[in-house]
Amino acid sequence: MKQYMLSVHMVEGEPPPPEDQIQQMYKDVDGVNAEMQRAGAWVFGGGLHPAETATVVKVSDGEVVTTDGPFAETKEQLGGFWVIKATDLDEALAWAAKATAACRGPVEVRPFQDEPEG
Amino acid sequence: MPPRRDEIDGYFRREYGRCVASLVRFFGDIDIAEEAVQDAFTVALARWPETGLPPNPGGWITTTAKNRAIDQLRREASRHDRHAEAALLYYQDEPPSSDERAGPVKDDRLRLIFTCCHPALARSVQVALTLRLLGGLETPQIARAFLVPEPTMAQRIVRAKRKIKAAGIPYRVPGDAELPDRLTAVLAVMYLIFTEGHMATDGDNLTKPDLCNEAIRLARMLGDLMPDEPEVTGLLALMLLTHSRRRARSAPGRPLVLLPDQDRTMWDQELIAEGQDLVRRCLRRNQPGPYQIQAAIAAVHSAATVAAQTDWQQILALYDQLAVCVPTPVVQLNRAVALAEVEGPQAGLDAVDRLDLGSYHPYHVARADLLRRLGRTSDALVAYEAALALTANPAEREFLDQRRRQLAAQ
Repeated sequence: MKQYMLSVHMVEGEPPPPEDQIQQMYKDVDGVNAEMQRAGAWVFGGGLHPAETATVVKVSDGEVVTTDGPFAETKEQLGGFWVIKATDLDEALAWAAKATAACRGPVEVRPFQDEPEG
Repeated sequence: MPPRRDEIDGYFRREYGRCVASLVRFFGDIDIAEEAVQDAFTVALARWPETGLPPNPGGWITTTAKNRAIDQLRREASRHDRHAEAALLYYQDEPPSSDERAGPVKDDRLRLIFTCCHPALARSVQVALTLRLLGGLETPQIARAFLVPEPTMAQRIVRAKRKIKAAGIPYRVPGDAELPDRLTAVLAVMYLIFTEGHMATDGDNLTKPDLCNEAIRLARMLGDLMPDEPEVTGLLALMLLTHSRRRARSAPGRPLVLLPDQDRTMWDQELIAEGQDLVRRCLRRNQPGPYQIQAAIAAVHSAATVAAQTDWQQILALYDQLAVCVPTPVVQLNRAVALAEVEGPQAGLDAVDRLDLGSYHPYHVARADLLRRLGRTSDALVAYEAALALTANPAEREFLDQRRRQLAAQ
């Protein structure tokens, strides 16, 4: 089994959809989560607060520096993600297809590096 | 008679796809498979000139490559190379002869084609990988064929192999639900290889591989592996019928000779007969698709010994059918050209003028020709100018320039 991250990309500053659509989206995402859990594919998942709530910590000249985030000053920001187990990319892409339909945003699929032995 | 170097090369080239595909199944790793086949090649170069050809060269290559790979992996695994350990484990996990028990064996090459043409890879990458792994072309040859610097092509292939491995793109023929979409991508890759070869005009460059023959070889292979897919047959027929005209497509002083002006005695009748036979087979099966219809159109052209005998009514009917399958303005443009032959240039021009294809040079070429036939010389000249401004291919440019100068001189 490999692990994949399915990340949801959001464009910051776009007007939010009407409340009833948001509620439906939450419901659909819950549905996908439940399906992943039943299938044994679920590892972890969740939605994130907007990128304006982010804080960046880094080492600069040996000092730890904390700054107001986000790290990348772009409009497209990570909105949430799943970590899933799948036998291969096709299986991961099938989950991504369900995920994108549920969360109404493009989903990027990336493989994790092999897990350390032991 | 011991085989010569070029004969040994030939065997490896022909067997490359099959051997690499089998080794990928054994070890689950493209790099190991390719290195092993390369290793077997070195052994063959040393041994075959002494011993002569083995009775089954393809089988010999696969067995030798497999044994060499296992030896190599065992050496590396004894040094605790995790990658080698994993590959060996994968190999031992493979139950011997399970495929035989499971019924007819799907050819390993078929799995590998679907890996190479996986939608997670960009089209240009799919093309390069297919030529490399199934066609057995060397990276520099592929780079030359697509006019890409060699390091760029090498990097493209290395990255693709890395992605297949890291992302876990499977070696598998897709299930029935996905198959139509996935097969469409495979056919598109093969047709792209073919059209790239067909458009290429620098025939002087002998080091450039013949992509048309390569695409035909791949399509034949796919046809053998998937005999029940009518679009595969259709694509092969389309390639054969198009390729049958290659010698007539240029003439001394004329870099590009279009269909109506071609010397049809130069058409390759053997390819035409094979292509027409495949088209008839498709018709009997009656599950039409875009490649089959385009092949049927090519077959109608190939049945006319002189251009004036072309059955344009039938071609127009086929374009109507194609427009239903593939509702694009490009198909409508081709249909309009056929319409002009049936109902006259004004009807054709009316249909062309309804299309929004101003950035597509064949649109201006078609308009220019229809305007010329209607005697609207100055409008035709403007259309040729527009076509020239959008054309990069040197042979096409020269052809358009000739047409324009002939018209201006009238």
